[in-house]
Amino acid sequence: MAAILAMFLTFLLTGFFFLTTVTSAVILQYFEGKPQITVFFRDKATKEDATSLTSTLQATGKTASVRYVTKEEALVTYRTLFQSDPLLLEMVTSDILPASLEVSATGPEYLDDLAQTIATYDEKSDIIEEVVYQKDVVDALISWSNAIKIVGGVLAGLLAVDALLIVMTVIGMKIALRRDEIEILKLVGASSWYIRLPFLWEGALYGIWGATSAWVVLMGLIVWFRPVLLSFLEAIPVFVIVLSNPTSTTFLAAGAGLFGILVITGFLLGIIGSAVSVGRYLKF
Amino acid sequence: MIRFDHVSKHYPGHRGALSDITVEIADGEFVYLIGPSGAGKTTMLRLIMRDIVPTSGTLLVDEWKIASIPANQIHHLRRRVRTVYQDFKLLADRTVYENVAVGLEVLGKAEGEIAKDVMKILSLVNLEDKYRQFPLQLSAGEQQRVSIARAIVGGPKILLADEPTGNLDPDTAGEILDILEEVNSIGTTVIMATHNAGIVNERKKRTLTLDDGTIHSDEVKGRYHVSKKKT
Ligand SMILES: Nc1ncnc2c1ncn2[C@@H]1O[C@H](COP(=O)(O)OP(=O)(O)OP(=O)(O)O)[C@@H](O)[C@H]1O
Ligand SMILES: [Mg+2]
Repeated sequence: MAAILAMFLTFLLTGFFFLTTVTSAVILQYFEGKPQITVFFRDKATKEDATSLTSTLQATGKTASVRYVTKEEALVTYRTLFQSDPLLLEMVTSDILPASLEVSATGPEYLDDLAQTIATYDEKSDIIEEVVYQKDVVDALISWSNAIKIVGGVLAGLLAVDALLIVMTVIGMKIALRRDEIEILKLVGASSWYIRLPFLWEGALYGIWGATSAWVVLMGLIVWFRPVLLSFLEAIPVFVIVLSNPTSTTFLAAGAGLFGILVITGFLLGIIGSAVSVGRYLKF
Repeated sequence: MIRFDHVSKHYPGHRGALSDITVEIADGEFVYLIGPSGAGKTTMLRLIMRDIVPTSGTLLVDEWKIASIPANQIHHLRRRVRTVYQDFKLLADRTVYENVAVGLEVLGKAEGEIAKDVMKILSLVNLEDKYRQFPLQLSAGEQQRVSIARAIVGGPKILLADEPTGNLDPDTAGEILDILEEVNSIGTTVIMATHNAGIVNERKKRTLTLDDGTIHSDEVKGRYHVSKKKT
């Protein structure tokens, strides 16, 4: 029981951090594929100002793409983004939202040059409200996801070691309790595998049960918090596809994948723990 | 065939338990191993089942050279050489049937075959009607019969018995000897160690007398004639 509980906690945490890591990786990928610089115009800026800035930027030869987003288009994007929240929808009209220019560089090394170009242009014309660098967002995300990875990794590692030690102790105790039987088995000619296998299998079962129960709880949490998760992540198509319907094949496939990963790790952890004990207490 | 060839055994930190033993026991023999306490009887039996290895000399059991059986092959020897002890070594939480079945389960036999063989062996030791009882519900003599049944189920070639009658009154001991002789009559080599010389004399079997780690005498008594060479 203690062994299964330890495995359960290990996998609950490992599974949780695994999911968080995957999620942040997907978010990162999403942002990295987005335009790298967004220039928001002041209301007084005209379509011509935008075209002029566009050609200035394109003249540098360092842009992969430059796209003009009008106030109306911005509103459409906004509406799809917050379609589930009527309050937010009502508050906003196209007047409030700025027009913008979405700029991608041919390589990250040119971002500074482009930023410089934009700044110089703005000094002359003063039509730019704000410049947002995706790089800042991405950097923040990277440091967050790294922090999650490190904290989660260390915690999961400690718990795994703990679970391993508990499995070793429990199996060691079981071996001690069945000393008489083991002696008799050796006397009548049981092979060493015949004697060892039940203990190895028992350790493996602890891992499998711990992982399975952790999986059940994790899946329960995901289904329970699905609406919350969706509202956070609805900008990112992958999550919408996976989470939108808990009976869809994609959701089930993702769940099955998680199950496979947890159970295989649990099996290995359990086998390793019992193998150490069997090696130590079942010498021949 | 069991052949001791100048075999000695010294336990660590102890003077010789066996010194320079040379003796041969042929297939199908019945041999009593007698001698005072500490003479080395148990040591001889433990060598034959490869519980321990000789310090010097060569011990052959069938095709096996005892000193050089790898640890992961010992179970093959143990299937051919089975043992019975003074304290029975039965599992208290298993029935008579289950205790005997262990002797076949380790051989990987099928359930049906196990059931058939166990009941056959139990009738050989006259316990077929007690197969559902637990060891503690049996008399000492009956427990020893269960332990003999477990040893001979699966048909070993050699049966070693170390003081099997040590805990039994003379009548019950006699029953056990009868059963061992019956086991011997179906072709199994039986070697029984005991310090009770009295019951042995009546039985008129080959008797090896050990004293202080050496063979004092090797007598072939009565009807059972051993033609194999003795060294
Ligand atoms: N594991 C051991 N370690 C050290 N010495 C041992 C060990 N086993 C036996 N001996 C010694 O070896 C000698 C032979 O012992 P063994 O058990 O073979 O005698 P035995 O003839 O079976 O005696 P008994 O009739 O009392 O059973 C004895 O002097 C004993 O003290
Ligand atoms: Mg002894």
